[in-house]
Amino acid sequence: MTAPASTLTVDLVARFPGIVTAETRPNFAGFIVEKDKLVEVATAIRDEFGFDLLTAVTGVDYHPENKMEVVYHAYKTTGGPGLVFRVQVPRVDPIEVPSLIEVYPGADLQEREAWDLLGIKFTGHPDLRRILMWEGYEGHPLRKDWREPFYEEEFKPFKSRWPDGKFYMAEEKNPLQDNLKFPQNFDPEKWIPEGDALLYGSLARYTTKDESGMGTDRIVVNMGPQHPSTHGVFRAALTLDGETIVGLKPVVGYLHRNHDKIGERNTYLQNMPFTDRLDYFNSMSNNLGYAIAVEKLMKIQVAERAEYIRVIMAELSRVQNHLVFVGMLLNDLGAMYTPALYAFEERELILDIFEEVSGARMMCNYLRFGGVVRDIQPAAMQKIKNLVFDRLQAKTDEMERFLSENEVLISRLKGVRVVDAETAIKYSVTGPVLRAAGVPYDLRRADPYSVYDRFDFDVCTRQNGDMMDNYLIRIDEIRQSLRILEQAVKQIPEGPINSQKPAYQVRVPAGEAYGRIESPKGELAFYLVSNGKPNPWRYHVRPASFVNITCLDQMCIGTKIADFVALLGMLDIVMGELDR
Amino acid sequence: MFGKGILKGLRVTFIRYWNTYWDDIVWLFQGKKRYNTPEGIAHRSSSKTRGIFTVQYPEEKLLLPEEARYIPFLVFNEKPDGGKEVLCTSCGICAKVCPPQCIWIVRSNDPQTGRPVPEPTEFYIDADICMNCGFCAEYCPFDAIKMDHDFEIASYSRNVYNMEKLLKPSSYYQSIRPENFAREEADRKAKEAAKAAKAAGAAAAPAAPAAS
Repeated sequence: MTAPASTLTVDLVARFPGIVTAETRPNFAGFIVEKDKLVEVATAIRDEFGFDLLTAVTGVDYHPENKMEVVYHAYKTTGGPGLVFRVQVPRVDPIEVPSLIEVYPGADLQEREAWDLLGIKFTGHPDLRRILMWEGYEGHPLRKDWREPFYEEEFKPFKSRWPDGKFYMAEEKNPLQDNLKFPQNFDPEKWIPEGDALLYGSLARYTTKDESGMGTDRIVVNMGPQHPSTHGVFRAALTLDGETIVGLKPVVGYLHRNHDKIGERNTYLQNMPFTDRLDYFNSMSNNLGYAIAVEKLMKIQVAERAEYIRVIMAELSRVQNHLVFVGMLLNDLGAMYTPALYAFEERELILDIFEEVSGARMMCNYLRFGGVVRDIQPAAMQKIKNLVFDRLQAKTDEMERFLSENEVLISRLKGVRVVDAETAIKYSVTGPVLRAAGVPYDLRRADPYSVYDRFDFDVCTRQNGDMMDNYLIRIDEIRQSLRILEQAVKQIPEGPINSQKPAYQVRVPAGEAYGRIESPKGELAFYLVSNGKPNPWRYHVRPASFVNITCLDQMCIGTKIADFVALLGMLDIVMGELDR
Repeated sequence: MFGKGILKGLRVTFIRYWNTYWDDIVWLFQGKKRYNTPEGIAHRSSSKTRGIFTVQYPEEKLLLPEEARYIPFLVFNEKPDGGKEVLCTSCGICAKVCPPQCIWIVRSNDPQTGRPVPEPTEFYIDADICMNCGFCAEYCPFDAIKMDHDFEIASYSRNVYNMEKLLKPSSYYQSIRPENFAREEADRKAKEAAKAAKAAGAAAAPAAPAAS
């Protein structure tokens, strides 16, 4: 276990006098770094202080104070509390902040996201294109003065709904032309998309030596967005040299709905069902991450029984997520559907439990601040016990009997490199992929939340970091999750299920919070800034899938295109979370 | 031996195949129907099931647990004379808590005094926007809006539900959620009893509070 040290043990101010100042706002943590020295300070944070994993890069628009802020959350892969450092710049275009991509390559996509949504230019970023919106889009949609089409009011609840809620369709009063911004002199008839040229231009920087001296052409292949193996609408633009991948750029955003902006319009409670829609396989985990972030802000305790219920639900969703992962991986590899359907059977039973306790199979919306919405009834508890003690264990064994020794599978998976530990940490990869590379970094142990510190379980690791390990670690984690579940089901105390009174609007004091959990796909974190009003000022999701695909080009370059599908499957991405 | 793993895997699939039909045969000898009966569906979706899992929708439907939630509806009590006593007081909490803001309420006003009357004139739910989160039912202080079990609402046009479509009798609510209904009834009775006791107490000792 790591020592429960506070962030103050890291004295950046003494190390960089005049450059770094401590944060003074109440309920804000960390340090403010001078913009020009950011790279230098970040290098020291990584090399001298040992914060080697940069998990989140978040832009915040402080419109009333007329400044922009970029918040960095760095952690140690050996565990323990993190370090928050931030840069503040005046909110006058061009807003420029030095890019940290040289120090933490994992900042790549997140910086592009901040540029796209908030218009913060990261100087020194080699490929600063929009990522979620398309190239040529006018405006930066997360800025506080940006308004969406069908804009009605700044914050929910809208006044038109009650007491004089005469129904109208949004498009009646708000025709499509309103609130849409175009560049000056924009003519849709003459518009030529410039994004593709930029995308392929960025691919052109990958060069390989032509050893034979023969002039060979490269071929650019677009995998997706409509491709059965890309787990949704994911597109990868690949440059191929023969069959070998020499360049890769992920193109995402097809499912983008500006979740962060919706979250800032919503009240705190209203965000809860929206988090279900992020990683729709694990809505319970998403709920948990968000609830933890808000509870940190509100500084409230969670009811004892509710903590156990949360753990049970989170681990059940991990079990079904990993089962589906195994099934879908086999799908990607060409073992069409038998393994996937075997996995879906167990998932079906787990979803039945979710439905019984929460009312919905996938969009559970089960957690509330301070607890959960309703108790697990004895009948449902019995079902959970039946599953945990009798069925899932046996079915996991069966899955292993079915697949793990299969010669075809082994020859396909074994020895195909996914990622090594050093690269994984550099590129902020978290979750099973990181652990399969040999880094025992699991937030349930490294930065314990909820009541995970009371359970006896191992952090699974594998040593080789190849595809076989990535497959096996999921099976290992199912077994560990079942271990946790067995203990939780036995130890769960009686008592109230919520420490708070039910309230449809919660009081949240001003401040910031970064709530993170080990979701089945990696670190899922919510960064919240509150100004004391009923709606969050900044609501940022740090999804595991999105940050994990930063590493995709490192994983794929040099491998054969046939392995790309499996490598992408290894990251276990979900587009609902990736595109938000 | 090369190929042993594959054979092992094939054994698993064979056992699954066998189990599917074995259970059918066992049920047949027991004289029970495994298909198209609630009992059979319950067995096939329990942790004891083996082999095939499929429920043949729409001939068979999964049994919904009590808490299953879909588009909300408004509850009314049937009066003895056949009228409807709408429980909604148009307080607007559901409209305020609704995350996608799909509830629209027009509050009634007394035509003479202009004061609000606790009853909605119009109540709309845009079922196409509704995300089935269940907040409205959860936070309604009058148990007037509840989540439905009817999930077959596909239609060729947009589903905007008005009062007429939304109102369903409390007997329907009781039929889909018996436990919740019983719990709420008990709560209501306890509250009324407490109120009556309080009123009786106040009537018995009218001078006591004034003296203190």
